[in-house]
Amino acid sequence: MAIDSKVVARAAHLARLRVDDSETAELSARLNDILGMVDQLQQADVDQVEPLAHPLEVSQPLRDDRVTEPDVRDKVLPLAPASEDGCFLVPRVIE
Amino acid sequence: MHDKTLTELKAGLQAGDFSSRELTEHFLERIKRHDGELNSFITVTEEQALRQADAADQAIAAGDHRLLTGLPIAHKDIFCTEGVRTSCGSRMLDNFTAPYTATAVEKMAAEGAVMLGKTNMDEFAMGSSNETSFYGPVKNPWDTERVPGGSSGGAAASLAARLAPGATGTDTGGSIRQPAALNGVTGLKPTYGRVSRWGMIAFASSLDQAGPLGLSAADCALMLQAMAGHDDKDSTCLNEPVDDYLGALDQSVDGLKIGVPEEFFPDNLDGAIAENARDAMRELEKQGAKLVKLSLPSIKLSVPAYYVIAPAEASSNLSRFDGVRFGYRCENPTDLEDLYKRSRSEGFGAEVKRRILVGTYALSAGYYDAYYKRAQKVRRLIRDDFSRAFKDVDVIMGPTSPETAFKLGAKADDPVNMYMADVFTIAVNLAGLPALSMPSGFINGLPAGTQVIGNYFQEGRILNVAHRYQMATDWHQQAPGGFA
Repeated sequence: MAIDSKVVARAAHLARLRVDDSETAELSARLNDILGMVDQLQQADVDQVEPLAHPLEVSQPLRDDRVTEPDVRDKVLPLAPASEDGCFLVPRVIE
Repeated sequence: MHDKTLTELKAGLQAGDFSSRELTEHFLERIKRHDGELNSFITVTEEQALRQADAADQAIAAGDHRLLTGLPIAHKDIFCTEGVRTSCGSRMLDNFTAPYTATAVEKMAAEGAVMLGKTNMDEFAMGSSNETSFYGPVKNPWDTERVPGGSSGGAAASLAARLAPGATGTDTGGSIRQPAALNGVTGLKPTYGRVSRWGMIAFASSLDQAGPLGLSAADCALMLQAMAGHDDKDSTCLNEPVDDYLGALDQSVDGLKIGVPEEFFPDNLDGAIAENARDAMRELEKQGAKLVKLSLPSIKLSVPAYYVIAPAEASSNLSRFDGVRFGYRCENPTDLEDLYKRSRSEGFGAEVKRRILVGTYALSAGYYDAYYKRAQKVRRLIRDDFSRAFKDVDVIMGPTSPETAFKLGAKADDPVNMYMADVFTIAVNLAGLPALSMPSGFINGLPAGTQVIGNYFQEGRILNVAHRYQMATDWHQQAPGGFA
């Protein structure tokens, strides 16, 4: 499957990345190189194989349902590019 | 002092030959003198280092000797360190001061370690040459026209130039072992889940693992002893007892069965690289180890499987960088979508954006089965190959990297060629196994490394094998000229 500028534009939108027209050709070429290499996976006979997500196939441990984390609002909010009244500030979303 | 290993420096501190302050000042002075040329540090934490050194000297005076008391360590800038900029090599986090400290760093500090600073790295650990860092490439101390490898290139270069006696790194596809090989130092990637990932900025969460880089296997054992162990804050960090790595170092390797996979010695491999790894195995044979030929047929698909799984996980992990809560935000966004898109496009570099796009594409509707699911199935085949092999052998060995350090810029515009730098290291991450790279000689004046892979939780065994090798060789003691 060839990656063209339309596919790049769609993936870029899904990833919330801005890709300028001037970058698209080069980017499509590099992504085609990468996906061409990745296509070797099609050789593998995996019909009877289950996917593996965790190398040791352990399950997630459970813990008691109790509060462990203190409120860290005053520690993390100053890291935000813009904040006001204890909230993160973004451009207006409701007209 | 800087030519000594961490193990020797620990003995010197205990004997009172020098203080932690003297030691720390010595390395800070060396960083000032030499790092302009190498660029191995992003941030040097001088004040904090001297404070920790003074505290260590007080502890030593009071008879409180812990694993790392008073020893200076350089941390990769992927680990969050409270009150200190934690950039992950990215413009996105250039202004980010971490509000907490990563567990691995915290555990080393609790054992008395002194933090020298934060080392340079490929942006978000995505790279094999350290050229994708927002802070510029690191130079290889053996030849400053060459790359140090990546992504823990700053860690490995700072060690090789003796600007730090010990360092931390992270390894998602070879990011500890490959730079260790290219700089002539020892680096260990532990079993997936052996060291907590909490506070380690995530790249590909099912593959990422923190580990030590040092001048010897014994030094790596010392650091791992402090880093390893269960952490409630990382649900993938395994609750298994931590072995006595230091105690296991001296065991005999008589009768050790070393698996030699034909896939690590392909026909197109550089003859000098192949010979170098075979020489390392012959040295262990002299000590009674037996070589066993074997095959891991599926690992030829490890690079393609990795370049689906790692970008897919990265595209998800890096969605948190949105210009809202922390990190870079673009100027004058017109609306929320513009804020997201421009903050991310301006904050991330080219390789990070490529991987986000590949991962997003591979996970998008209609392609998930063909890419992500198939890659995860191949991942099982690779894991099963290793599991079968470890029924017959104790460790598996081969070259760490298919080449020695390459020239800066040689692969910068050719991602697929760059990805092949990790052809021998990636399978280990997919299988979640522990592996180390140890210096095994020089090819045209540049260091070469040999990889030792162990079964799950066999960090003690592979450190022991490397230690026995280092008792009989002096490759790990060689230092590059020009950093007196």
